[in-house]
Amino acid sequence: MLSHASLPHAGGRMGRGGILPLCEVVAMIWLDVLVQGILLGGLYALFAAGLSLVFGIMRLVNLAHGDLIVFAAFLILVTVNLLGLNPFLSALIAAPVMFALGWALQRFVLNRVVGKDILPPLLITFGLSVALQNGMLEVFSADSQRIRAGALESASINLGVVTIGTLPLLTFGSAVLAIFILNRIFYTTAIGRAFRATSDDPVTASLMGINPRGVFAMATGLAMVIVTLAALYLGMRANFDPSIGPARLIYAFEAVIIGGLGSLWGTLAGGAIIGIAQTVGAQINPEWQILAGHLAFLAVLIIRPRGLFPRAVD
Amino acid sequence: MHKVTTRTRASTVAGLAAVALVVLGLVLPAFASRSLIQDLFFILTMLTLAQLWNLIAGYGGMVSVGQQAFVGIGAYAMFAGVILWGWDPVPAILLGGVAAFLLAIPMAFFAFRLQGAYFAIGTWVIAEVTRLLVAQWKTLGGGTGTSLPREATSDIIGVAAIAELFGIRDAAARDILAYWLALALAVGTMAAIYALLRSRTGLALAAVRDNDNAARSVGVDAQRVKWLVFLSAATMTGLVGALIYVQTARISPDAAFSVTNWTAYVIFIAVIGGIGRLEGPILGVLVFWGLQTAFADYGSWYLLALGLLAIVTMLFAPRGLWGLIADRWGIALFPIQRRLILEGARNG
Repeated sequence: MLSHASLPHAGGRMGRGGILPLCEVVAMIWLDVLVQGILLGGLYALFAAGLSLVFGIMRLVNLAHGDLIVFAAFLILVTVNLLGLNPFLSALIAAPVMFALGWALQRFVLNRVVGKDILPPLLITFGLSVALQNGMLEVFSADSQRIRAGALESASINLGVVTIGTLPLLTFGSAVLAIFILNRIFYTTAIGRAFRATSDDPVTASLMGINPRGVFAMATGLAMVIVTLAALYLGMRANFDPSIGPARLIYAFEAVIIGGLGSLWGTLAGGAIIGIAQTVGAQINPEWQILAGHLAFLAVLIIRPRGLFPRAVD
Repeated sequence: MHKVTTRTRASTVAGLAAVALVVLGLVLPAFASRSLIQDLFFILTMLTLAQLWNLIAGYGGMVSVGQQAFVGIGAYAMFAGVILWGWDPVPAILLGGVAAFLLAIPMAFFAFRLQGAYFAIGTWVIAEVTRLLVAQWKTLGGGTGTSLPREATSDIIGVAAIAELFGIRDAAARDILAYWLALALAVGTMAAIYALLRSRTGLALAAVRDNDNAARSVGVDAQRVKWLVFLSAATMTGLVGALIYVQTARISPDAAFSVTNWTAYVIFIAVIGGIGRLEGPILGVLVFWGLQTAFADYGSWYLLALGLLAIVTMLFAPRGLWGLIADRWGIALFPIQRRLILEGARNG
């Protein structure tokens, strides 16, 4: 089944000169699929890192996370268009705005409902998701947009065995770097200690002089900075429009759950698993790309309901 | 002398009013306009969906964001019955219930391994998987969808009789038939939920929602109660989905599995009206319909406002509009609280 689907494609590419052994061709194609999948996983890990952070600290699922990514992408786009800046510089401008937005959202709205009952925060962020989607639809219309990145869009690096796009590689590198920095913040700084303490037990943490509400607001603000980074790469790599947020949220959440609650490196692994599943699925049949990612998620869920590397206890 | 009852004076009045309303609803097509019947069809189907979501989330504590899976699979099963096997659309609605029931079994198997927020997204993912799989079903139009064949919609059981009874055209008679079925489903669903909540199982359900472990420690079989409620709600949701698409007569995976139409709106209706009480969705659906009618021309702004309204409600009136009313005047039209009445004390 697998080789049948990929052979014609391979024949076309290899047909002219080389008489490569069949099994070698197949192996190379699948190596390529694997590498592309891992790189795609970098993007999903970026979608997921902010969600993982917030979820790990306050058990709050922000159902508007995907829409906030799209919102940040529009913010970058507007900055690029208005100021004529490079996308990366525009993201630098958008990041503090998103931080402030996240901080305010947590401080003035979500903090009022964070608690044992998960229903209110879920429903509020669901309302926010619908409101954001339709607000963006009115302001930016339903047209597909893209953040232009010039030569970077089509640049690639030939590694001999496989050729990889510069932008996907940059995305993956940024994901690794972002998660590395988040982990450093988490484990070596005072605010990180406050994050961990609040995550473990908000009541005891507040007895030790930590203000959980302030910590939560900082965490959501930080998550929105990661969201901006995710939006930058989302916008440069593919078309986006106001309606695509929920699907990004689902990929992100799948990566978080596969990785395990509170483990950021786990989230990267989760993103890579979704990415690989999607590229493998697409290789077999283009219509199965998204489906394959979801099925991989469900499979992990059956085998390990708490994810691969759970740190925190639910 | 004592007895335990849930009945209050308000509930007796409400019960009688409800019976009167149902009778009025039954005879309404004799003098109502066609557009009113169509509006009522919309209201009744959304009300039923909201009551069912309210049952599993508000009473059962299972916040599902995947109810569109049952609407969609129910609608598609009905289409399959009509197009592939030549069934009449009305009996084919039953296929919708069966299909939703069958889908709910694996879905519950997955989702019940998850808690809280995990559960919400898990159900959503399964709904997406179902949508993507159904979009592969080429004989039913694949990703673009299909319509009910004209032969099937032209002689639905009972339509000719209704047309003759009221002296109207077939299209209007179809609307009336769909409306009656929607009325039957809405009344049946609400009666069943009310009966369930007043029963021992309903008490067990509330106990499981409030504290899973504590409920288990006093002998409640939490898993059994959850399965029962989830499967029944799914089956009914499938029936409603099939009925909606008998009326629409045109289907596509994106519309039938729309998270906005069949879950977001439904959640807003329940939230705005009041979660965890039977009166909530009734009030909520009226508010929803009123807003939709009043602001239909404003397109997306209307949905933006609806989302914000849900946020404001959750922040300032977490038990919804009916919660405000109940707090102010202490009214419960469909009470499920058990009250102890001491006969001797009252007389003495």
